Amino acid sequence: MKKGWKELAIGTQIKKAGSSEDFKTGDWRTEKPVIDLDKCIHCLICWIYCPDSSIIVKEGKILGVNYDFCKGCGICAEECPKDAITMKSEI
Amino acid sequence: MNKKIVAKTGNEAMAEAMRQINPDVVAAYPITPATEVVQLFSKFVADGRVDTEFVAVESEHSALSACVGASAAGGRVMTSTASQGLALMHEILYIAAGLRLPIVICEVNRSLSGPINIHCDHSDTMGARDTGWLQIYSEDSQEAYDNTIQAMKIAEKAFLPAMVTCDAFIISHSMARLELIPDEEVQKFIGEHRRPYALLDVDNPITVGPLDLQDYFFEHKRQEIEAMKEVKASIIEVATEFEEKFGTHYGFFEEYRMDDADSVIIALGSTAGTTKVVVDNLREKGMKVGLLKIRVFRPLAYEEIRNALKNVKAVAVLDRATGMSSFGGPVFHEIRSCLYESEKKPFITNYIYGLGGKDIFPEDIENVYGELAGIIKEGKVEKLVNYIGLRE
Repeated sequence: MKKGWKELAIGTQIKKAGSSEDFKTGDWRTEKPVIDLDKCIHCLICWIYCPDSSIIVKEGKILGVNYDFCKGCGICAEECPKDAITMKSEI
Repeated sequence: MNKKIVAKTGNEAMAEAMRQINPDVVAAYPITPATEVVQLFSKFVADGRVDTEFVAVESEHSALSACVGASAAGGRVMTSTASQGLALMHEILYIAAGLRLPIVICEVNRSLSGPINIHCDHSDTMGARDTGWLQIYSEDSQEAYDNTIQAMKIAEKAFLPAMVTCDAFIISHSMARLELIPDEEVQKFIGEHRRPYALLDVDNPITVGPLDLQDYFFEHKRQEIEAMKEVKASIIEVATEFEEKFGTHYGFFEEYRMDDADSVIIALGSTAGTTKVVVDNLREKGMKVGLLKIRVFRPLAYEEIRNALKNVKAVAVLDRATGMSSFGGPVFHEIRSCLYESEKKPFITNYIYGLGGKDIFPEDIENVYGELAGIIKEGKVEKLVNYIGLRE
């Protein structure tokens, strides 16, 4: 539940650091990247290029995409050297 | 209290108030007729009489922008401007108010170009009436001084910016008797500046001024609306404390010989002083006339004004700005709107006067009271909008 005007800090102040985590930007997307993990060589190029830090990596391995924050820009699909990422329409 | 009595112009009076407030930061750009305020204050800085960081900038847009930064950092911040300067600050006025930064501007009311003119009217601050700033108008140098000191305290209580105004040249450059409060008493009155959150508070990091889209913008504006309502209590609280300590009474407006008045003029600024003389003269002739001088225009004390006018038969609102609405000036519109819920609505008429510094004389004001008496007698308002001192 989002805060009403009576509960919000005045003057648009945000009183905690790193609060952009609370602002889900995934709904801006019209296309989503889908990674074919059979083709993926875990080179991490998509992870480096992603402007929203939305490529999920654990211990050097690509696991998938964080769709809460991925805005669907398609840079990962463009840069993937193995064409392992395809953009799928969400409309 | 040992008040010092001196002779000062309106500009000097406001500069003195700024010196005694001793703000952390003043960022300013000089403009006629407020140049002197900044000039005098920069001398206080150069002479080491204040602890202020003075930021000389290249425009008023930059001046208020620097003030916004300094205030967001947690400082006590002031500036001064007039006319085109306030117009150039316009976009930043909204930002200061929206970010709830208690900055105080000493503003000298001057007409806006074009045609180019440097003399008094209220079109500059009337153009800023919707920005979310408190507006306090002053009848004379003493009020400009007292209002500046009070404005700092009100602004910091309410987290709202405030502009204190005085009329160009008529007040800003005219020397008058001024009672100065001792420096240490001003400091005691305004108190230590405390901000719950500030950018320079590195232990408690905050974000100031983030993008605020459809989801939250309206909610933040609603907070500002509420703050403008709630600040009314702070204005009275501060005025009461000021009266207790320094002996002068202030409110949202001043009622001058209003007790049994049939005809009332509503005015802001120096014209209120001229009107008082006329009221005294006409009272001696047995006319039941009075004056309601608006001091605080933002927020407008609409219920209190309606109540003050409840037994009045005819009201003339004097506007020193046009509003270009085709049916009268900004003060007229708001007063007329205040009266909509009145049980006995008085007749109301508007007089536009003094644009570009055109003088208004006691006989002009006498005429207005004469016309109000005529309206009461005839039982109708013939002309909604009238012009004083204008060649046809």
